[in-house]
Amino acid sequence: MSTAAAGRRWRRPPVLIQSRRTRWLVYGGLLIYLALAISTVEVNWLRVYEGLDRGWRFAQGFLAPDFVSRWKDISQGLAESLTMTVTSTVVGVLLAVPIGIGAARNVAPMPIYLFCRAIIALSRTFQEVIVAIFFVAMFGFGPFAGFLTLAFATIGFMAKLLAEDIEDIDEAQAEAVRATGASFPQLINYGIQPQVMPRLIGLSLYRLDINFRESAVIGIVGAGGIGATLNTAIDRYEYDSAGAILLLIILIVMAAEYSSSHVRGWVQ
Amino acid sequence: MPVRELDGRPVWQRRTTRRQWAIWAGWLAGVMLFVWCWKLMTGRTIWAFVWDAPRQAADIGSRMLPPRWSYIDKLLWPLWDTLNIATLGTLLGIIIAVPVAFLAARNTTPSALFLRPVALFIIVASRSINSLIWALLLVSMIGPGLLAGIIAIGLRSIGFVGKLLYEAIEEIDESQVEAVRATGASGAQVLDYGIVPQILPAFAGISVFRWDINIRESTILGLVGAGGIGLQLQASLNTLAWPQVTMILLLVLGTVLVSEWVSAKVRHAVI
Repeated sequence: MSTAAAGRRWRRPPVLIQSRRTRWLVYGGLLIYLALAISTVEVNWLRVYEGLDRGWRFAQGFLAPDFVSRWKDISQGLAESLTMTVTSTVVGVLLAVPIGIGAARNVAPMPIYLFCRAIIALSRTFQEVIVAIFFVAMFGFGPFAGFLTLAFATIGFMAKLLAEDIEDIDEAQAEAVRATGASFPQLINYGIQPQVMPRLIGLSLYRLDINFRESAVIGIVGAGGIGATLNTAIDRYEYDSAGAILLLIILIVMAAEYSSSHVRGWVQ
Repeated sequence: MPVRELDGRPVWQRRTTRRQWAIWAGWLAGVMLFVWCWKLMTGRTIWAFVWDAPRQAADIGSRMLPPRWSYIDKLLWPLWDTLNIATLGTLLGIIIAVPVAFLAARNTTPSALFLRPVALFIIVASRSINSLIWALLLVSMIGPGLLAGIIAIGLRSIGFVGKLLYEAIEEIDESQVEAVRATGASGAQVLDYGIVPQILPAFAGISVFRWDINIRESTILGLVGAGGIGLQLQASLNTLAWPQVTMILLLVLGTVLVSEWVSAKVRHAVI
């Protein structure tokens, strides 16, 4: 603080944007945008008011969930979702490993690198739901389309993170293995795999978790699983069954998160 | 290092025999689980449709090209709606997430016994349920439209922003808080001068990151009637107007790329 500040009250320096002009521009722009945005949102308040009653019924259904009356549908949906999750994660990770190795600049030659990066970009661009729409149109309704969607999405996610991980490894270890005259598979197996394995396992578990959550969504567009059951329950206004399904999803996600943090701690 | 005798000569092995067996058993169990899941999952699959897929794919592909460029006139207004859903939804999420994060962080929660578990449950519940499911519920409650989409995005954002923010709060430097408290600051002043400046960059980064994700998510909310460009997508899919679908997907792709670029720029500037 300079001496010129003496006698003046201390004022707190701006926290995020230092320059005064940019600050006003940014905040002013945001305000104008907000005013425009809110003014174009049309809301039918009467309809919302009527909906409050249904919202209340849903809250009641959530607090007093009905697991019994639709249990057959729910258990079938859950079984489809869980099996879809496991198979798609396994297949997705198995396919992602070679693509991830190919997309790492320090081990792959340029043409393979570009090819693998293109696959990753393709898989990461579109939302699972949009991919699911196409797979359902091609492969018919049911969990098989969901399995393909999730496996496809897993490839992009895992391969990208794996490739970044391989690019970040300690080159000295790979160099040492290479200096013994190791072949390319041996280099991967002894020089790179030990360095990336803990994170690969952690990421696979995280993806398992994501895939389960996504499996609940893609059912809405016909790709099987618990999402289809949930969609039916909501369409029939059976909020107590819907509440039961949502509670089950939350419980499974919580259990998966808890156990995966344990496994990750154990692996690392 | 495990070494085995072979014809009187020591041979190096990567693992001990016991470890080798344990790993083998683990793989066996994993493969069995996979096969079992595969059988259960494909139990009701109609394979004729699956084998037919390449032909279907070629068929859809040929119908999708070329995109119907003129359709863009009808897409600009839904695109504006989509952006609004994402932005207003993010704002709503942030407004609720900030107090929840302060209640959930171990070092700022007023009561670790009651309020913290409640806040953590709110975060988990919001994170486990995708915004599309929230939208499905809200559309059936308050009717189709932008408001359902905004609230759905907001509800989903609470968990994401809340979780990352409360982790950031727990990682702050306590000595700064201590120093502010030593000047005789009140609780609110400690929060304002001791904690907020430390988490503000993280907060800005998290918010912009979530906004970027929300742009992607809001493009599909229309599929269940919650407004935005997804409504057009749904209408085009229902009428099998594939050239329009291509046009919409291209526009979505462009929007997502722009929002990703903006978010990367802002995060780079902040952190």
